[in-house]
Amino acid sequence: MRCLYCHNPDSRELCGGKKTSAEALIAQAEEYRDFCGGITASGGEPMLQPEFVRELFALAKKRGFNTALDTSAQPYDPRDDKIAAMLETCDLVILDIKHIDPVKHKSLTGYGNDNILEFAKALAENGKPLWIRHVLVPGYESDDELRRLGEFIRGLKSVKKAEILPYHTLGRHKWKSPYPLEGVRAATGDDVERARKIMKI
Amino acid sequence: MADKAQWQGFSGSVWKNEIDVRQFIQDNYTPYDGDESFLCGPTTATKRLWGKLSDLQKEERARGGVLDMDTEVVSTMTSHAAGYLSKADEQIVGLQTDKPLKRAFMPFGGIKTACQACRSYGYEPSGVLEKIFTEYRTTHNQAVFDTYTPEMRLARHNKIITGLPDTYGRGRIVGDYRRVALYGIDFLIEQKKRDLRGLERGTPNDERIRLRQEVAMQIRALGEMKKMAKIYGFDISYPAGNAKEAVQWLYFGYLAAIKTQNGAAMSVGRVSAFIDIYVTRDLERGTLTESEAQELIDHFVLKCRMVKFARIPSYNELFSGDPVWATLSVAGMGSDGRHMVTKTDFRFLHTLENMGPSPEPNLTVLYSRRLPEKFKKYAAKISVDTSSIQYENDGVMRPVWGDDYSICCCVSATQTGKEMQFFGARANLAKCLLYAINGGVDERTKQQVSPLFERVTSDVLDFDEALGKFEQMMDWLAGLYVNTLNVIHYMHDRYNYEAAQMALIDTDLKRTFATGIAGFSHVVDSLSAIKYARVRPIRDENGIAVDYGIDGEFPRYGNNDDRADDIARWVLKTFIGKIRRYATYRGAEPTTSILTITSNVVYGKATGNLPDGRREGEPLSPGANPSYGAEKHGLIASLCSVAKLKYSYALDGISNTQTISPSALGNSDNERKDNLVALLDAYFKRGAHHLNVNVFGVDKLKDAMEHPEKEEYSNFTIRVSGYAVKFIALTREQQLDVIARSAHTVL
Repeated sequence: MRCLYCHNPDSRELCGGKKTSAEALIAQAEEYRDFCGGITASGGEPMLQPEFVRELFALAKKRGFNTALDTSAQPYDPRDDKIAAMLETCDLVILDIKHIDPVKHKSLTGYGNDNILEFAKALAENGKPLWIRHVLVPGYESDDELRRLGEFIRGLKSVKKAEILPYHTLGRHKWKSPYPLEGVRAATGDDVERARKIMKI
Repeated sequence: MADKAQWQGFSGSVWKNEIDVRQFIQDNYTPYDGDESFLCGPTTATKRLWGKLSDLQKEERARGGVLDMDTEVVSTMTSHAAGYLSKADEQIVGLQTDKPLKRAFMPFGGIKTACQACRSYGYEPSGVLEKIFTEYRTTHNQAVFDTYTPEMRLARHNKIITGLPDTYGRGRIVGDYRRVALYGIDFLIEQKKRDLRGLERGTPNDERIRLRQEVAMQIRALGEMKKMAKIYGFDISYPAGNAKEAVQWLYFGYLAAIKTQNGAAMSVGRVSAFIDIYVTRDLERGTLTESEAQELIDHFVLKCRMVKFARIPSYNELFSGDPVWATLSVAGMGSDGRHMVTKTDFRFLHTLENMGPSPEPNLTVLYSRRLPEKFKKYAAKISVDTSSIQYENDGVMRPVWGDDYSICCCVSATQTGKEMQFFGARANLAKCLLYAINGGVDERTKQQVSPLFERVTSDVLDFDEALGKFEQMMDWLAGLYVNTLNVIHYMHDRYNYEAAQMALIDTDLKRTFATGIAGFSHVVDSLSAIKYARVRPIRDENGIAVDYGIDGEFPRYGNNDDRADDIARWVLKTFIGKIRRYATYRGAEPTTSILTITSNVVYGKATGNLPDGRREGEPLSPGANPSYGAEKHGLIASLCSVAKLKYSYALDGISNTQTISPSALGNSDNERKDNLVALLDAYFKRGAHHLNVNVFGVDKLKDAMEHPEKEEYSNFTIRVSGYAVKFIALTREQQLDVIARSAHTVL
């Protein structure tokens, strides 16, 4: 996705980063086992590398780590076996829902949200533990859209946690091109509280 | 000693017959496993007092850092009339002088320093006093400089040994102020008199004669304490009879110390479980309410927030932000396996909520994974909210110092009432490496500081050669350093003896000799560069290496990479090994530390280009922190590197200061609290000694630097290496230094 408020534009390049192996990553995680009980694959977009994540998570679970996938689910395709196999190895899915409205979702991220919402529903049906996250950008959602988003989330039976993250401007300096959200203010704690009430989460 | 009425309801007997505060605590304290819900907010009196003090602090700042100074009276316990912030509101009374925040005149450490302190802030010291202490009375500073050898002066001038307590008081001596409350002064005098009688027989050698004089001075100091308390209308001849008296008596003990000594660190000690015993008894008797108990603690802490000394500008450069290290330690575990968290430990942390964040007292949690979860979470919450507390690993300290130690400075432990410390500042090991390369010629002044050693002349530094020469140079440095400190402490005992604190410490005591290391991460990274990359010295016309070209990559300390971290362990072990070879004054036990406070900025100014790429004049990294920009693998990897340093080699402490963005710790208050506790548990489980925790982003620091006038920043407190400061009280240079350190945005 190409979110307008991306705070990690530096992690978007598909050919960037460093090559590593699942074994090497697990060895590193073993080093830090006492600091944490789990491994989270985040991004960029881990769903773009389902085979690697599956290998990593399978190994992690064998070693007794919890596994979590932190995803926007944009690459999700219900017919993709590789993704399905990867999901089998995830103890928890942390899903970002950027916007409930498909048209606005497209203008915010460059992509529609049909498959994302479908993904959430499929996971919920399978009873896969879910955390839902939503970034609150002042002025980008009507109260009605917030209410609909809240309804959608509450309809997902396996949601363990729903978080509203206030939009902040800390990632701004990382943009080399003009910042798309120039002039939009950061969300405050009060904004978050208000949204939470509307969404009833 | 017969049972005293004031002890009614207390258990045990050992502590009644001889001074043994630890035993009293063990026999009587009540561990508390609950949460913070019992705590009370500030009373109206507390709010008024804190409001008044905040206003005075603002005024002090507006006047350039000093509100008022005494120029006519030499400070003693009884030199000033009673002073109050607001008499009607104060539960706990007693000021250093007759007015709040007025700084006393203390010439025994050095008349030049005392006068310079006055003049730097536009005050003119009394001519008579200046004459007396220049012509008739030797001061510590004078005596030290009379005795320094030319080599010591040269090394000091070139700042390879640096920050020495020869122009300021050594501090770090924690009287067991609880003794005043538990026993009353008369019993303490009796005990000291008995000690003195015990010194009558035997050979009157140098040590024996000195000790007899010291005990006599201590007895006199105890008498003075009684007079001082009388000025405020209290008779402290007898034990304290209730919680209010206990806190007041204890504070009088501390007040005696800060009226007579302006040591760099003037710590309060470990008092929470002790006070809690009195509070619990009063609550059970129905003579005290929770709100009143909190008020006592709030007002006591308020007094600790008011401690001030007259300092000179060069001191402020070393220890920026006007710190006094009124360090107050809470929690910890007992030797019997019970934790030592009491409700009063919560009450002390709660002062940061009742009266807002504050750098003093330097609140220190003696941390163990076995502390009750609810207390750990409360402390973590206070850290996230105020960035005002530090954590030290009780698990590594207790086996060495027992279960009644106090933190006596920023992070160093001392057995309460049983020990004193000879504080020794630092040897700059980064500079020592440069001396090794240049045969003892200082890279900046070009003076030959050490005896003439053979220089490195090769075009590329060879690791084995550099290491060998570095060891030789450390040998020389360790000897010179120990001897210099011997001079300082010999003279401090003689001309600026801490009679008040020492009166509250056993006559037969242990002494530690606290050396320290500056430039730690840089010497490690430099050695790593020499070993794993190609380092080319760039020499001036006289063949002195003044810069270094580095080809290739090398591992840096702070990434949990054993290649660098093994060098770090080697440096520490080798240095303390060399220090231990030299005889110390009064047979003190040598220790070392890796904790540079804010002095890393000044030390950096005096240190040339280094083989790790650090440029001349840039701040050294503080304490045991990895170098700026070296941490490439996040906070946890960095913590793991620091945790590899063995505490047993650095018993004076290994300080580590880290700043974490709130969002890195979690998205909700609960998450942040839980994650910080998990982080502390894991870090200390690895044997690490200390962690300063700041929770804020860099943006806040930048804004505070540009807009210090904003109300929200007036008490914005941050942890620096081993203490806390108000950020706006730092020099701009130091603010920039703090900003340059990484704030971890991911764990």
